[in-house]
Amino acid sequence: MKVLSRIYTALIFIFLYAPILILIVFSFNDTKSRNVWSGFTLEWYQKLFQDSQIMDALKNTLIVAVVSALAATLIGTMAAVGIQALGKRARGIVMTFTNIPMVNPEIVTGVSLMLLFVLGFTLIGKTGVQMGLGLPTLILAHITFNIPYVILSVLPKLRQMNQHTYEAALDLGCHPLPAFFKVVLPEIMPGVMTGLLMAFTLSIDDFVISYFCSGPTSQTLPVLIYSMTRRQVNPKINALSALLFVTVLALLLIVNIRQLKDQDKAAKRQKKRA
Amino acid sequence: MKSKWIAAPYLVWMGIFIIVPLLIVVYFAFTTADGGFTFNNIAQVGQYSEAIFKSILLGIVATAVCLLLGYPLGYIIARSTVRRQRTMVLLTMLPMWMNFLLRTYAWMTILENNGLINRFLNAIGLGSLPLINNSGAVVLGMVYNFLPFMIMPIYSVMAKIDRRVIEAAEDLGANRLQVFKKVLLPLSFPGIATGITMVFVPAVSTFVISRMLGGGDMLIGDIIEMQFVGSTYNPYVGSALSLVLMVLVFICMAVMRQFGSDEESEAMMP
Repeated sequence: MKVLSRIYTALIFIFLYAPILILIVFSFNDTKSRNVWSGFTLEWYQKLFQDSQIMDALKNTLIVAVVSALAATLIGTMAAVGIQALGKRARGIVMTFTNIPMVNPEIVTGVSLMLLFVLGFTLIGKTGVQMGLGLPTLILAHITFNIPYVILSVLPKLRQMNQHTYEAALDLGCHPLPAFFKVVLPEIMPGVMTGLLMAFTLSIDDFVISYFCSGPTSQTLPVLIYSMTRRQVNPKINALSALLFVTVLALLLIVNIRQLKDQDKAAKRQKKRA
Repeated sequence: MKSKWIAAPYLVWMGIFIIVPLLIVVYFAFTTADGGFTFNNIAQVGQYSEAIFKSILLGIVATAVCLLLGYPLGYIIARSTVRRQRTMVLLTMLPMWMNFLLRTYAWMTILENNGLINRFLNAIGLGSLPLINNSGAVVLGMVYNFLPFMIMPIYSVMAKIDRRVIEAAEDLGANRLQVFKKVLLPLSFPGIATGITMVFVPAVSTFVISRMLGGGDMLIGDIIEMQFVGSTYNPYVGSALSLVLMVLVFICMAVMRQFGSDEESEAMMP
């Protein structure tokens, strides 16, 4: 049984990783073919960094991700604090709407936002100002689908914390705003950071919603990758995949090792106390 | 804390960017180009019924395959040591951090007519198989992309099942099959329900996987996309189709909510 489950696990992981490995291997391939090996080269990596279209898309992706993640974290954290203070009924209603972007098919969210923007532009167009889809609409769309994830990662932290510490701070003469920053914020900070990171990665990874809300001059990396896969074979895509994969792997490892170390430290501290 | 007002910016945002856009979709679905009320757009959805049924069918098949493949793995992970659990969870999630377009693109290079598998088959003299541009390839793409969404919630309910419950069943004389049927399956149902929703919803509404692996195969997502981006710009029929897709997803979720709980979808959050 044990052997069987080992084999099964191995097979599933091979299924999950083989395609990614193949992509990476062929990023070093000497010819343009994506499935015949003909020798080692770094040519595609070099070409990748010289491709102004790809570099522009990368820049757009990062701008959108940073701005939308920060904005979503700010609005979302404030929202979570407010939602926590709401009555049960009102909270239920707000959370139902908050869940919509997470459960709705992405294509519907994308299409509905596109319609909103197009209608908005027609209204603005009547005053003589011409506008179109671009970075601003992309950022608005990304903030929208990021906020729910921030709220959901901050809310549990608010629920866990002792509600009375904030009141104690007020009783001791602290004003509400400094009390929030000195008492509440440090408590919920892990949730806020998780939300920020999630928003950032979701934003970098998003294709469907960006596809409908970006203009021709504001392509993000995923949107560009899509149009590249529609055209002909291009090993630059492989090189790009390899770099993205290694980056994510490194980030995840760092985060996990840090978490493990923290856990070990906490465990040691507990032992000492005991 | 009396700080309800601090949620105000979000409530305004939610109104403008979540509620109003959906109302616009509903409005467009029942409107003609010059603003009159009509059922015509909804009626036109009928001509795409083939694509809609195909989406549902492929979505169900992909979900079923994910369940069959993911359930045992969820169980295996939950039964490993804590350290191994961490590694395996990480390994399950890692591919999801790579853009799904690239993952689907990878399958193009494998399945193509002169792709890796066919080259291999040719080399050993078996001739080539039509592996790409059919429904099977689309299902494969869906399973590959969404399998982790099935494994994770199942793993997280399984990890919470008290081992002693299973031991008790065994002590009372239940065999492996009975333990599975009477204890494991019912206790893991919330995870299965969450997994089904998390796989079915993106599978039924995809338009990229079908475009890249399915050849001319049209799914409901492709048709919606064509109404908004393609040359046949028609937001009215597009909205009607989106409405149908939303209703479909809503039904799926309502059915699954009967069994599941929200906790398991939170398990996806780090």
